[in-house]
Amino acid sequence: MSLLDIKEMRVEFPSRRGHVVAVESLTLNVEPGEILGVVGESGAGKSTIGNAVIGLLEPPGQMTAGEVYLDGTRIDNLDDAAKRRIRGARIGMIFQDPLTSLDPLQTIERQLVDTIQMHLDLDQAQARARAVELLDAVGIPDPNIRIEQYPHQFSGGMRQRVVIALALCADPEMIIADEPTTALDVSVQAQILDLMKGLCRDRNVGMILITHDMGVIAETADRVAVMYRGRVVETGKTEQIMGTPVHDYTKSLISAVPRPEKRLHRFPLVTYIEDATELGDTLDLATHWLGQTRDYEGEDGDLLQADNLHMRFVTRHSFFAKHRLYLDAVDDVSFSIKTGEVFGLVGESGSGKSTVARMITGIYTPTGGTIRFAGADLTALKSRKEAAPWRRQMQMIFQDPFSSLNGRMRVRDIIAEPIHFHKMASSKDEAEQIVHDLLDVVGLGAQAAQKFPHEFSGGQRQRISIARALATRPRFLICDEPTSALDVSIQAQVLNLLKDLQQELGLTMLFISHDLPVIRQICDRVGVMRHGKLLEVAETENLFEDPQHDYTKHLLDLMPKFVGFQELTA
Amino acid sequence: MLDSDIWYSFCRSPVTIASALLTILFFIGALFAPYVAPFNPFDLASIDIMDASLPPFWQEGGSTKFWLGTDDQGRDMWSTIIFGARVSLFVGFASVIFSIIMGVGLGLVSGYVGGRLDALIMRIADIQLSFPAILIALLIDGVARSVLPRSMHEEVAFYVLIFAIGISGWVQYARTVRGSTLVEKNKEYVQAARVIGIGPAIILLRHILPNVMGPVLVIATIHLAIAVITEATLSFLGVGVPPTTPSLGTLIRVGNDYLFSGEWWITIFPGIALVLLVLAINLLGDWLRDALNPKLR
Repeated sequence: MSLLDIKEMRVEFPSRRGHVVAVESLTLNVEPGEILGVVGESGAGKSTIGNAVIGLLEPPGQMTAGEVYLDGTRIDNLDDAAKRRIRGARIGMIFQDPLTSLDPLQTIERQLVDTIQMHLDLDQAQARARAVELLDAVGIPDPNIRIEQYPHQFSGGMRQRVVIALALCADPEMIIADEPTTALDVSVQAQILDLMKGLCRDRNVGMILITHDMGVIAETADRVAVMYRGRVVETGKTEQIMGTPVHDYTKSLISAVPRPEKRLHRFPLVTYIEDATELGDTLDLATHWLGQTRDYEGEDGDLLQADNLHMRFVTRHSFFAKHRLYLDAVDDVSFSIKTGEVFGLVGESGSGKSTVARMITGIYTPTGGTIRFAGADLTALKSRKEAAPWRRQMQMIFQDPFSSLNGRMRVRDIIAEPIHFHKMASSKDEAEQIVHDLLDVVGLGAQAAQKFPHEFSGGQRQRISIARALATRPRFLICDEPTSALDVSIQAQVLNLLKDLQQELGLTMLFISHDLPVIRQICDRVGVMRHGKLLEVAETENLFEDPQHDYTKHLLDLMPKFVGFQELTA
Repeated sequence: MLDSDIWYSFCRSPVTIASALLTILFFIGALFAPYVAPFNPFDLASIDIMDASLPPFWQEGGSTKFWLGTDDQGRDMWSTIIFGARVSLFVGFASVIFSIIMGVGLGLVSGYVGGRLDALIMRIADIQLSFPAILIALLIDGVARSVLPRSMHEEVAFYVLIFAIGISGWVQYARTVRGSTLVEKNKEYVQAARVIGIGPAIILLRHILPNVMGPVLVIATIHLAIAVITEATLSFLGVGVPPTTPSLGTLIRVGNDYLFSGEWWITIFPGIALVLLVLAINLLGDWLRDALNPKLR
């Protein structure tokens, strides 16, 4: 008898358009002290498992078949009150976003002590002592002092530690962690994973670790269950799944993860997933619209040159200058990008990399420094009219495919907007033809033009975004974390598309990412940013093989060591 | 998808269906009043003073010709109510549209431009909110009456009324739209438009406006009920529409004088009509608010 036994679980979400089966005939078990990784892409039903086990399925979802046993007793058919006693006391929960899973209006002490007293028979002083002990165990320095603080006084990683402490309050036998490190930076992620691993081992707690990240699984889990469309397609020891996967989907999923240790020509494609369309034949630039009338010279040298860029935001407004507070988001950053080159900017959240991109495209006006593009000083341009010819030559692809397309416009109008604005087509029909061509280029097909953005998946939306960016025939493309909101299989497709387009069209690219393996696959040169400063610029291979700055070394150390399964792809 | 969801929620709520039917009946009555009403109460030739103050048909002395009775001048109550609702709804609609244009426009600019202009517009809104809407409408009406020559009163009364009610209601739209604009303007699709080089006016109209109109629609529905009430109140106080084209409010005021001399129907029936109209629109607005709110679905 295992600690947790799930037998033939089926979860349905009834709706008036038929029942959606989120999880089907799922059988899993977790032993004490074991970490079971549940991995899969969005919509695979991973989170539903966790919620079903603790009885927190969002209505109208319900478990329609199967049994759940905790340490030999059946728990899925208990009433609400009994389930509530199990939650927290015997099964702890760790959620994805530490910023929202703590009550901002209560001190850490209140939240911990309340939880402890709810489940254990302790008085105020004892409960507090236990809370301090727990904070110490999850690695919060000076727990005696910090326990009296509010959540906003903790950083993201520290908050996640507090959330873990909360989950441990009543000494649960079992912890369910739902994407516990997805919202955190790499350096923090490694620490949190180490912490969770240590806790499970020391306290003999079983854990279900739900994540989409193969790297996290490889480093943390003892066993893995791979989910695809509500079903477990494969379970086994982590080394076995990573090294010698049997199911096609697992193979695809693993091979799609960008490799940190070497540069490949292109990403292996996930053939198991149906919408894996590729840029078919090479474009014939001489006849294709994208290649026609490229009205700028194929000059060599630096296309973009940024000198001493500075961006200061006012974080507290005041009438008096001395009461204002500022944040220097970008501080004295200088770099240049050669024509035809892919330049990467890498850094953790808040390092100022997106701000740099927004200054170049003119969304923000820099508070200092100059940006020269093809010889022209963009920062000296006064009006939008003056800037228009340069705007046309540089376009941007955004991070979040769900907010970067106006949901009230048809795809055709979205892509045609820049064409009409820059008067790149002489007639409506010509514009229509260009839109169709562009949709073909990004692998969606002309029939997509009539639809609205919400009819597409994240990856398809990102393709629409790319089509819109190409519509002005730019020579310079800025990609701001273009794949960080996508599943890894989709990420591989989109990155391949970007890489193909870059080579076909001879685009110059600024590629912003926090993901070092992706950077290694895509970029020619890389700049490392931290706290608004550019620390190091180097050729990609040099940077990965021989990093100069301490912070770069630190980042490279934290990169998930994800190897294995090489022989199968090679 | 969305449309069919709304239709589904509509079909499952009998109260909403009833209020929608009632609202539609009122609208049809108002639009086609000259064809729907059995008499034209403004046609002096058809009015016979001998028919004055007849009770409804079920009372002693009433006739089925005037089934809701007649008023003090012999006009058929049923017909005057239909024509009165027409005036009430016209004023209500026109002032709501006025409020929307003003409020949405100022809200968009306030939210998008920000800074001092935003502060200025929002402080004006705050100041206006500290006065009851009816007071502002009364003030404007009073000013217009004293400024304009007496001969013009009748012809401009409608426009003054619409302006007065409209301007007292823009704040809610401006605040809501400003809030949504602040959210929308930081979304990446707006930034994408800026990267293309599109100017603020087109970004506001083509990109942001369609994305902030959802809540405006809901407010407008409930605001229509409020505007009808405000109009009725002003007309009841005697500063609303001219007596030659009576609205529901005017009818209630006129009937009020006869209430204690036994002719209760002159004021009660227009009152019931007003209550039904406002209630139906309000219920419809409540439903629309819930149906469009994904959290309550």
